[in-house]
This record gives sequence, structure tokens and C-alpha cells, in this order.
Amino acid sequence: MDNRDKQLLLGAEAVAQAALDAGISGVYAYPGTPSTEITEYIQQSPQAKETAVRSTWSTNEKTAYEAALGMSYAGKRSLVCMKHVGLNVAADAFMNSAITGVHGGLVVVAADDPSMHSSQNEQDSRVYGKFAMIPVMEPSNQQEAYDMVRCAFDLSEEMQLPVLLRIPTRLSHSRSVIGRSEIRPQNPLHPVTDKMGWVLLPAIARKNYQLLIDKQPKLVALSDASIFNMERPGEGNKAVIAFGIAYNYVMEVITTYRLNIPILKISQYPLPEKKVRQFAERYDSILIAEEGYPVYEEWLKGYFGNDKFRGRLDGALPRMGELSPDALARALGVEAEAPRDIPEIVAGRPPMLCDGCGHRDLFEAINRALEIYPYRHVFGDIGCYTLGALPPYNTISTCVDMGAAITMAKGAADAGIRPAVAVIGDSTFTHSGITGLLDAVNDGSPVTFIISDNSTTAMTGGQDSAGTGKYVDICKGIGVDEAHIRTIIPLKKNLEQNVAILREEFDYEGVSVIISQRECVQTGVKHRKKKAQQQD
Amino acid sequence: MRKNIIISGVGGQGILTMAAIIDLAAMNLGLHVKQAEVHGMSQRGGAVESHLRISSEEIYSDLIPQGKADVILSLEPMEALRYLPFLSPEGVIITAKEPYKNIPNYPDETELLKTVEKSTAHVLVEAALLARQAGSPKTYNIVMLGAASPYLDIDPRELEQAITHYFSSKGEAVVNMNLQAFRLGLSNNPN
Repeated sequence: MDNRDKQLLLGAEAVAQAALDAGISGVYAYPGTPSTEITEYIQQSPQAKETAVRSTWSTNEKTAYEAALGMSYAGKRSLVCMKHVGLNVAADAFMNSAITGVHGGLVVVAADDPSMHSSQNEQDSRVYGKFAMIPVMEPSNQQEAYDMVRCAFDLSEEMQLPVLLRIPTRLSHSRSVIGRSEIRPQNPLHPVTDKMGWVLLPAIARKNYQLLIDKQPKLVALSDASIFNMERPGEGNKAVIAFGIAYNYVMEVITTYRLNIPILKISQYPLPEKKVRQFAERYDSILIAEEGYPVYEEWLKGYFGNDKFRGRLDGALPRMGELSPDALARALGVEAEAPRDIPEIVAGRPPMLCDGCGHRDLFEAINRALEIYPYRHVFGDIGCYTLGALPPYNTISTCVDMGAAITMAKGAADAGIRPAVAVIGDSTFTHSGITGLLDAVNDGSPVTFIISDNSTTAMTGGQDSAGTGKYVDICKGIGVDEAHIRTIIPLKKNLEQNVAILREEFDYEGVSVIISQRECVQTGVKHRKKKAQQQD
Repeated sequence: MRKNIIISGVGGQGILTMAAIIDLAAMNLGLHVKQAEVHGMSQRGGAVESHLRISSEEIYSDLIPQGKADVILSLEPMEALRYLPFLSPEGVIITAKEPYKNIPNYPDETELLKTVEKSTAHVLVEAALLARQAGSPKTYNIVMLGAASPYLDIDPRELEQAITHYFSSKGEAVVNMNLQAFRLGLSNNPN
């Protein structure tokens, strides 16, 4: 292989580089594993800097999506990236952008996390693509991810629709050698001229929805013609339809064990109807290999269940979790040697809060403060501090979705829990906590909201946090009584004082906000290094 | 040529740096490379691993199938054993001897090393000692890279070039210290 002029990139980075080469004018995103590295790559790219591609972090996925749509309205290409659950946050904008359509190319990357390596669920973003009735692209490897991004922008501009690119953790966080295409210039500013087409009043929305429905046959025809959907011939009456990255696992098994099984690879949706129909008619038994939910297995099998389609629903593949070459080998009937066992002596090593992390001292203070109360419920949220649910602290009682700490604590207070306590990170608070705080203020709810402010989005690697330095002002502006906006420094030496402050606010029959302020130890090290370098 | 390598350790020990250096050397040799790594929550002091595959032929899966790893290269003895299901019958474990104890139920060290010794072909490395000899405890992972290099089917000179390139932005002293660590690890090898 000639690797000159090639680069070794993570799948996420390949997507980023491809978007730059395809001529984007901006990327919009909120950090979330496994999508974060796309935006970080663009933020650090000299190419992006030279061409003034905007790339600072957005406050949440919805604001990111809408800004990307605005850039598209202006005629320029935009990329918007998020983890799978982030698409839930952006869903309102996402669904309706299929109705408005787009102007400059808009590609939305949803990075799914099957097996929930760093997530609360393993929802399959392809369902969203189908729901919105837009094209979905699902690369099988990093080079294909690179190549597809440009095709996705072209498709978006040709069909005037957003295009969803779905990548799983394993592709996003795996490096491979990538060959690049030529760099294409950005679009000039050329805003939408048919402005009424973007006003989703019912009469216009109905007309646009009809247009979207009318585009569907063309989308199917494009899928049928797509180079990303292709058949690999083989022999016998058993076959595989492999979607996205599942194709790699199937190919791993087939090349290792020299099987000669026909495969239909699908990486562009809606389903290529002709290709699927012709392929399916030829074989008696077809394994449907999908990373994520059995979305198309269910579809192909039909309500009354055509047994020739096998997969996650009939146990040929595991119902949940990430696929693997081993799972595919078993499904294809390969008798592999039994692997070695993990020796019993090996103990689990779960992730934990860093030594010297401010969250630790905060949890210790909360636990101490709660000792005198009958109820000890602490509504938690999403971030490193979710680990406070585990020993030795066992402080956190819930972790559901971004911002839920605030509003769940409010609901629990409404139901009579005293004290009702919420712990939320600074970045999560600005992402989705502020609106809930306003609800609590309007209702005068007796809740103590603790913003654990480490001045960064820590869990995803220390990205800038949208509200740093603004929390007191935000809370004042929303109407929290200034006397009940308290700041504490979570350090051992302050423990007694912090416990006293927490109890004072737990006992207050109204909205309190306690800002627990200490920089993340990881970003602290980075900042000190940077400072030292600047002084050198 | 085809090598499947699992690099294991605890989040923060420097696994991704080792992987990046091997990747770079393999890419410069014109080989295919796939290297799956762990980001996100597990990086907080949890068990982490990287599946690294290099080959003269196309590589499909980002994950190494069970029983197909040629090498487990571990920065920590217990983490070496965690990935045994991936190791081939002929596979070798190359691990640092020093335990990384950040859990209350860390097993008995002597028993642990015995388990490594009886499980498969192995190389145990006094990585912390060699890193100090090289000039900094931080070179611990590069010592281990050196110890593993005879098993990677990559010319050590290519790996040294990759190390030089990788650390070049940090100045000559850091480059030389890491090259020294690599050589100490390499010479530690009993073969």
C-alpha cells in the first residue's frame, strides 16, 4: 500500500477532514462521546483556520442544529455533530428541517454508542432518519466515512434535504489510513430567495410535506444507484445483508474462514428497493447484520414474520449490544476454538473520579449534610459527577438526561420530598438546566440546586463550558433570590463550613442555588502547562 | 504480514501514545492499520484497551476477534489478564510488573504474576525502574514499547523514527529520553 500523502485518522477525524475538504463554512456541536473529536479536529485544523470555518462549541445540540440550518439558509455548507442522544435534544429542529428543506448542504452526524460505552442508551439514529424521511448514510469504515461526507453534501444540495451520517463508536474511535480528495471551496453567500418556503405555517408546511413525500421515490432510486450499496457475489442458498460497520465484521469472518457467502452491503438509505428485492428473492436464508436496533430486520421480516430473515430478533445475533466479529462468526455457523477464560483473580476496575477532583469533596459534604434528614435523595445529571452514584459516595440517586436533575428535583419537591436536592455540572446546567430553574423560580419550589462548577465540560475531555463565570448572574437574572445564591469551594478544609451552608439552604422553603466552584484537576494541569509554555 | 496487538492498562497510563507510535511506524512502512481506542467515561481511572491491527493485507474489523491476538502489551499485570480471551494459543503477554492499585480489592501481587506466568508465553518488565533509568517515570509506556518491539514485526529503527517524530514538538531532550527508554525496554528482553 502506498501511504504517501495519506493520514492516520480516527473515524471522527476523517469525517471532520472530509467536511473541511468538501467546503463547509461552519461546524456546530455540543461535546458528546463518541462525536466530540469531529469538532475538536476542526477547531485545531490549520486548514479550517485559514478558511475561517467557524467551530466554537454550541450550548446544546438544538442550538447547534438551528445555527447549522441558518448557515444552510444563507447558502453555505454546514456540519452539525452530536452523540445519538443529542439528536433527541435537537429533534424538533431536525424533524422540521426535513419539512423546510435546506439550501446550502447540511450534514448532521449522529455518533451512536451501541453497548453504551459512555451513554445512557443505545438508540439507533437510523430510526430518526426514517422518521424524518431524509437520506441516511452509514459508512462501514473510516475511508468510506471520508468519501461519504462529500457525497452527503452533494446529495443534500441536490435533494435540498439534510443528510444524516450515522457512525458508531467503533468507527468513530478507531484509526485508519485515509486518502483525501481535492479541497473544494466554500459556497458563496447566497441566501434563500423563496422565503415563504421556510415559514412553516400549516398551509405551507402541508405543501412542503407533500414535496418531501414526492422526493421519496427519487431517494430510493439514488440508493439503488449508490456505489455504497453493493453486492459481493458468493455461492449457496444462504446470504447476508450487512448494514454499515456490520459489513466489516462479516468480511472479517468470511476472509478468515474462507467462506463464500453472498453479501449485500447497505450503507445508504432509504433501502435500495430493487437491490434488496432482487437479492432477497435469490436466497432461502438471509442473515440481517445491523449495528444497533434490528430496524430493517423488523421491516424485512414483516409483521407476520418471514422466517427466512434471521438476526437479532430470532437470536442468531445478540438482541442488544455492539456487534463483533465473534458474534458474526457464530451467526454464520463458524465453530471457532473456545477462547481462553479471564482468570478469576482479575478484579473489575470501573471508572472513578480522579484523585483531587472537587466533586469528591462536594459529595462528602452533601452526604454529611443529609445525615440529619429522613429523606436522602439527590437528583443527578450527566457528567463525571454521575460517578457519585457509586461507592464510596452513593450520593446520586438519578441520572436520566441532560438537565433532568433540575426538573426532577422540582417535581419531587412538588410531591413533598424535603430536602429536594439536585446536583448538575456547569456545562449540563447551561445545556438544559436553565429553563427548568425558571420553572422552579416561577413556582417558588423548595429545591436546592447545586451547580458543581469545574469550569469545563470534563467528561468529554475538557471542552470550554458555555457559562463559565456567568452562573451567579444567570441565576440572579432568572429570579433566584440573591441571598440564596451561595458559592462554596469544595475542599477538605472547608468541609464543616460547606455542610453548614448546605443545611441552611436545604431548610429554606424556596429556590436555592449553591455554586460549588473548583476547577477540574485534568484541565487544571493542562492550563498550568500552557501557562508555563507561554512563559518559556 | 499481520499482527494483532492488544494494548491494555488503566486510563491515563499512556496507552494511546504507544498505539499512536506503532500506528505511525506501520503507516510509514506502507502497511494497513486499524486501531480502536477507548474515549469517554472509562478513561477516568478505569480499565482501558486498544485493539491495534497492522497488516500487509486489507483489514476489515476494527476489533480483534477472540483468540486472534498475537500480543497483549500491558502497562499493568492484572490488565494483561483481563484480555486473555483475545489471545491466540501461541500468543505472548508482555507486561509491566508494577501493579496499578486504584481499587480496594486489588489481588495479591505474587499470585497475579504467577497467574501471568502460567497462562502463556510472557515477558515481565521492571518498567518503573527502567523508566527512572531513562530519566523520567513518564517514559514508562515507552519502556514497554521497547520491550514489546521484538514481537511486533516492525524494525525497531522504524519505531525509533516514529518516537522521534511523535515527541519532536517537545524538544530534543524529551526525544532522547524516550529513545533511551525504548532501548532500555528493548534490551530488557530475555530473547
